[in-house]
Amino acid sequence: MSNNSSAELHGIIAEYHTVEEILAAAETVREAGYTRWDCHTPMPVHGLDRAMGVRETRLPWVVLIAGLTGGGLGVLMQWWMNAIDYNYRISGKPDWSLPANIPVAFETTVLFAAFAAFFAMWIANGLPRWFNPLSRNARFARATDDRFFVAIQASDPMFDQDATAAMLSSSGAHAVETVEEPDETSRPPAVFRGAVWSLVSLAMLPLFLVAMARYNTSDKPRVHLVPDMDFAKRIKAQAVSDLFADGRGTRPPVAGTFALEDMEAVGADPAYYTGKLGDSFVTDFPLEVTPELMQRGQERFGIYCAVCHGDDGRGKGMVAQRAAVLSPATWVAPTDLHTQPVVDLASGQLFDSISNGVRNMPGYSSQISYQDRWAIVLYTRALQRSQAASAQDIPEGVNLR
Amino acid sequence: MANTAELTHAELDNIIDPPALVQGKDDLASITDTVCNVAENKPPRAWYIAFLISLGVLGMLGASIVYLVITGVGVWGNNQPVAWGWPIVNFVFWVGIGHAGTLISAVLYLFRQGWRTGINRFAEAMTIFAVICAGMFPAIHVGRIWVIYWVFPIPNQMALWPNFRSPLLWDVFAVSTYFSVSLLFWYMGMVPDLASLRDRAKKKMSRLLYGIFALGWTGANRQWHRYERVYLLLAALATPLVLSVHSVVSFDFATSQLPGWHTTILPPYFVAGAIFSGFAMVVTLAVPARALFGLRNLITMRHLELMNKVILATGLMVGYAYAMEFFISWYSGNKYEGFAFVNRAFGSYAWAYWIMVSCNVLVPQIFWFKRFRRSIPVMFVISIFVNIGMWFERFVIVVTSLNRDFLPSSWHYFSPTYVDFATLIGSFGLFLTLFLLFCRFLPQVAIAEVKLQTPHAHAHHGDDH
Ligand code: HEC
Repeated sequence: MSNNSSAELHGIIAEYHTVEEILAAAETVREAGYTRWDCHTPMPVHGLDRAMGVRETRLPWVVLIAGLTGGGLGVLMQWWMNAIDYNYRISGKPDWSLPANIPVAFETTVLFAAFAAFFAMWIANGLPRWFNPLSRNARFARATDDRFFVAIQASDPMFDQDATAAMLSSSGAHAVETVEEPDETSRPPAVFRGAVWSLVSLAMLPLFLVAMARYNTSDKPRVHLVPDMDFAKRIKAQAVSDLFADGRGTRPPVAGTFALEDMEAVGADPAYYTGKLGDSFVTDFPLEVTPELMQRGQERFGIYCAVCHGDDGRGKGMVAQRAAVLSPATWVAPTDLHTQPVVDLASGQLFDSISNGVRNMPGYSSQISYQDRWAIVLYTRALQRSQAASAQDIPEGVNLR
Repeated sequence: MANTAELTHAELDNIIDPPALVQGKDDLASITDTVCNVAENKPPRAWYIAFLISLGVLGMLGASIVYLVITGVGVWGNNQPVAWGWPIVNFVFWVGIGHAGTLISAVLYLFRQGWRTGINRFAEAMTIFAVICAGMFPAIHVGRIWVIYWVFPIPNQMALWPNFRSPLLWDVFAVSTYFSVSLLFWYMGMVPDLASLRDRAKKKMSRLLYGIFALGWTGANRQWHRYERVYLLLAALATPLVLSVHSVVSFDFATSQLPGWHTTILPPYFVAGAIFSGFAMVVTLAVPARALFGLRNLITMRHLELMNKVILATGLMVGYAYAMEFFISWYSGNKYEGFAFVNRAFGSYAWAYWIMVSCNVLVPQIFWFKRFRRSIPVMFVISIFVNIGMWFERFVIVVTSLNRDFLPSSWHYFSPTYVDFATLIGSFGLFLTLFLLFCRFLPQVAIAEVKLQTPHAHAHHGDDH
């Protein structure tokens, strides 16, 4: 046992080799009435709490409270964010529906509880600690390996250097040694402290910048770290652009395009383009009638007209049938194309109805080309004829079967 | 004095199951030596080779991510209708692997399974690294990774909050909570062992570094007391957490309206699969590590055999889930459900489905035989098969359900690009690099906890105390 230094005494440690020895020693020390002491063991020794008289920790309560706080905050956060501050209207669901918020609330509960458990445990244990006087003792290094120690602090009211040492020796200790208080040099080295502080200050920098930007009233454009679509390449009228191989910003129209105004200004063929000559609708057909044109008309009629007027033109298309059920009050039925007034319409007027619409029927000039509109007129005429046909109309040699 | 109430679990274990958890010399000092020597000595040559290779593969991951970020997600094979593709397959795969760690640590701790001590540190480290790999995938999958912070409930310039009704957001919370709690659990368990390393360190630098992370631990009993209580509490918190995480991952699928995904069996099915794949990965890693670092006495054949039993059991559960899915789709009488499953097994990805079934259900059946359960080469090969099979399970779930959706005109055969491959293989580089660093510098086995499993940690009953 060494006691030759002038430095202040921190305490006395005693070394044991087995679990039985440390348990016995712990009981001895506790019975002697010491309060500022501890046993150091390489692993938790069960039974030592009882031998030392350690009171059950209250940490579980901290964890419980933290968990409840976490769960409560989790619910509150979701309620504020989704039910109050920013509503998501999705499929007519209510703004606030607890079941959908359970998973996140559960996770925040666990998160808070676990962090509280972890940090509260270290705080309660007085750790982290940069320097422990006990680790100055060479023997004590084995406390984390295979030896068991009792350490009694000099600050214990019962502490008396000789008497305490004697008691420890008699408790079966294999060695009893004194430990001195540290001097100033046992603080973290300056480099280390400097590094920690500069790291901490650097870590504050982004927060600081964000806070500054938040309250800044600059009129300069904002900084774009990642431009996203803020700077999309766009074309200025009449300017050069590198988006196209030919370098022209202004694109020439697609081949075959011409403007409506041009057509009318030229007045090349008003019968063909408007179905009118002067103020009256044309009655003759402005194109050459061919089987191809007729077939084209049949096909286009099937695409554009049959949905309402039906394949046979009697006004029973799918849209008409369904609309009649869904909104019987407002739906105007498509005209039966075989009624006498329609049959009597001039071809030019039929063309005009397709182009510009008629009463409740919309116009189709934007969808159907001039030639196709005439093809539809042609086919409509054939359709009307077919529905009012007699046996004489069947050409010679056509077998009805 | 035969006071059974005072029998410790280690002793009970010894009574029920004779082979001790620590083989060979089991005195406290040699346990410390065995584990610490790994970190103190120069690693074997195999470590350097493995580390160099892993670093190279990690570099490939970095390159493919950079390429992805500056070009856009078009570099992957993802396209409508398979918009999820490999990144989500890989995400679920890695998250699944990340489950064994906390399961071994927490669930087995609560059930007082002494054998966990040999492998828990190992498995926890694996968890952390696997979850890092997993978290990476959804993050890069969002495309514009620089606005990933939108998924967090922090005020942003659009005055917009995340939608908490989206299971994808639940995922953000579940996975990040899981990661942070697992990290705390792992680190906390390691502190006493770091203190052992600190107290043995010869070099100043390692003494300083281990010293900082050991937080000044000296094994004081008053500290052990709180430490053990909190460890138990963390285990109790982590257990439902493990179950919740993979359940939430399965919600990504289950709450959608898609046939093949929209089913209530998914959460338990995913959890069983996660445990299955996690244990397989532990075996894959533990077999070479124990040989390489001389840990055979701490990670014993008994540990390995027990893990193989878990693999067998969870493999059966997974097989049951596969069968049940078919039953449910048939029983539902819903023709779209029916189609999804027929398509799964016999459609254009039938090959993937049958790889999955063979690797996950058929191959592990060999573990019914004790001889194979205890054969190192057999268990290593089978664990690899299970890893492959579980990757394909996620592939089958994600891709086959999506590739033939409601509109036949948009059916599309998904095929990955070389960037997909580079990213998946690269993620193994990340995982192995981290794992090898862990093996090299940190205590691979929970020293203090293993000591607790030896007879030296317990007073012999009948003594005079
Ligand atoms: C969206 C349904 C719909 C489509 C498509 C449709 N129509 Fe009509 N059509 C109507 C309705 C409704 C009326 C009756 C309008 C009214 O009386 O207000 C009508 C009336 C008519 C008339 C009678 C005009 C008159 O002067 O009485 C003709 C002829 C006609 N459509 C031809 C066509 C042709 C040819 C097409 C194909 C290019 C076509 N419709 C496409 C709904 C449609």
